[in-house]
Amino acid sequence: MLRVQSLRKRYGELEVVAGISLAIRRGECFGLLGPNGAGKTTTLRLCLGLIGPDAGEIELMGEPVPLRARVARRAVGVVPQMDNLDPDFTVEENLLVYGRYFGLPDATIRARLPELLEFAGLAGRAASRIQTLSGGMRRRLMLARALVNDPELVFMDEPTTGLDPQARHVIWDRLRQLLAREKTILLTTHFMEEAERLCDRIAIMDRGRFIAEGTPRELIARHIEPHVVEVHGDGLDAWSAAEGSRLASRLERSGETAFCYTTDAAPLLASLERTSGLRYLHRPASLEDVFLKLTGRELRD
Amino acid sequence: MNSYTLPRLSVRFVPVWRRHFLVWTKLAAPSVLFNLADPTIYMLGLGFGLGALLPEVGGVSYIAFLAAGIICFSTMNTATFEALYSAFSRMHVQRTWDAITNAPLALDDVVLAELVWAATKSCLSGLAILVVVYALGVVTSPLALATLAVVPLIGLCFGALGLAITALSPSYDFFSYYFTLVITPMAMLSGVFFPLEQLPVPLRIAAEVLPLAHAVELVRPLTFGALPENVLLHVTVLLAYAVVGFYAATVLLRRRLAS
Repeated sequence: MLRVQSLRKRYGELEVVAGISLAIRRGECFGLLGPNGAGKTTTLRLCLGLIGPDAGEIELMGEPVPLRARVARRAVGVVPQMDNLDPDFTVEENLLVYGRYFGLPDATIRARLPELLEFAGLAGRAASRIQTLSGGMRRRLMLARALVNDPELVFMDEPTTGLDPQARHVIWDRLRQLLAREKTILLTTHFMEEAERLCDRIAIMDRGRFIAEGTPRELIARHIEPHVVEVHGDGLDAWSAAEGSRLASRLERSGETAFCYTTDAAPLLASLERTSGLRYLHRPASLEDVFLKLTGRELRD
Repeated sequence: MNSYTLPRLSVRFVPVWRRHFLVWTKLAAPSVLFNLADPTIYMLGLGFGLGALLPEVGGVSYIAFLAAGIICFSTMNTATFEALYSAFSRMHVQRTWDAITNAPLALDDVVLAELVWAATKSCLSGLAILVVVYALGVVTSPLALATLAVVPLIGLCFGALGLAITALSPSYDFFSYYFTLVITPMAMLSGVFFPLEQLPVPLRIAAEVLPLAHAVELVRPLTFGALPENVLLHVTVLLAYAVVGFYAATVLLRRRLAS
């Protein structure tokens, strides 16, 4: 579906994509994770042939990119990060006009409309103006628009950013439906939960490079201790110095909270039980812990 | 991808043009009203108001003289507005271009569609002005209908120049410079409102290179029912601005959006 080899892209002094390789197989969901500015969106734009790489090779749907990117995009759907629906059009017109960009006859597009609207949960809203749609509806319409050409591979750039939990779960459900239909998905996200739920494979990207790759389980098993105890409250400093740093295999401090990583949580929990004033939460390690370990806790803006 | 290769012209631009047309049909009523009202106000205000103070200009009444100027001036403005404000909003604000280039269309297709659409808008505006000048009885010759062959050239010329400015623009505010420094002085130097002979010689020579002056040279005889002279020269100048402007716009937009 998509094969990328040693891809590089530089803007001035900054190497935004610094030599990445990946191969996406039919039917899988591949997640590109990374903090803001990691190079995720630039990678997508390179793969779509919208910008030219400085070095490296890209093959999309069997076509060399950017040379034959336009042809390759016939079998690709794209859901961009920013809403770019046509505000002057109705729901139906947005789909119709977009289908024409693929050279599809109006009759073909119209025949697909009921299914697309149903998929987007917008049946009955065909004649609604875009301004009357909620954020979640717009995002679903963007997804439907990306499917108007019945693509094999769908690119999604942060598909649920800015959505409320209800709307996010609906999008996740739709993406699972697409995967069940043997569609292939490449998505970028900085929601670990999203990646953990949907992705077969993940690459964590930072400063233009892949710093880890694998299934969500593999990444957790490979990079992090299985138990996390988050501790906060009065006397945290004293406890950390006396007990925490000794009992945890790794202790990270972020603001008023200490994150204790360990393979055996029992001694930590026993110690915390004995210490009054501290509150704690014991949970299994998640992809977010891996992400924070690998990309650091400092802000990226 | 080399930004300097020649624009790749393709009929792929047609669905994009149809998109712009569909938007226009939704806003057609105010748009047509504007197309009719704008030249009417100029013709009545300047033509009758100022014209009453003036003796004949070039052997005709001032309002009859003005008709050709307004046809050129208004169609220039229509194409310019479309290529500046509307194209900028599609490119930068609504991100319509991004949506289109995610489909199997290239940036070149989008730019060509913008150019042809700007010229289309010019034609719609030119048609409206002709209705006005015939209705006012300012123009009577059927030969004036031949201006409709000139208007697309004006539209292509100023659409292309406008797109090149849009390619350089960081925001809407930037367009004021273009109007103040280019469009308005050009209108004064191109024989729109008064004959070029009124200008000192250096300015008359400067006018020789202005596309609007050449458009006026083509249109004015037609509104009097006469055939213009030096047609080849005037058409060539307008086309040259269109071609160079379109190439510049394409290169600048590729550099802005696709590098």
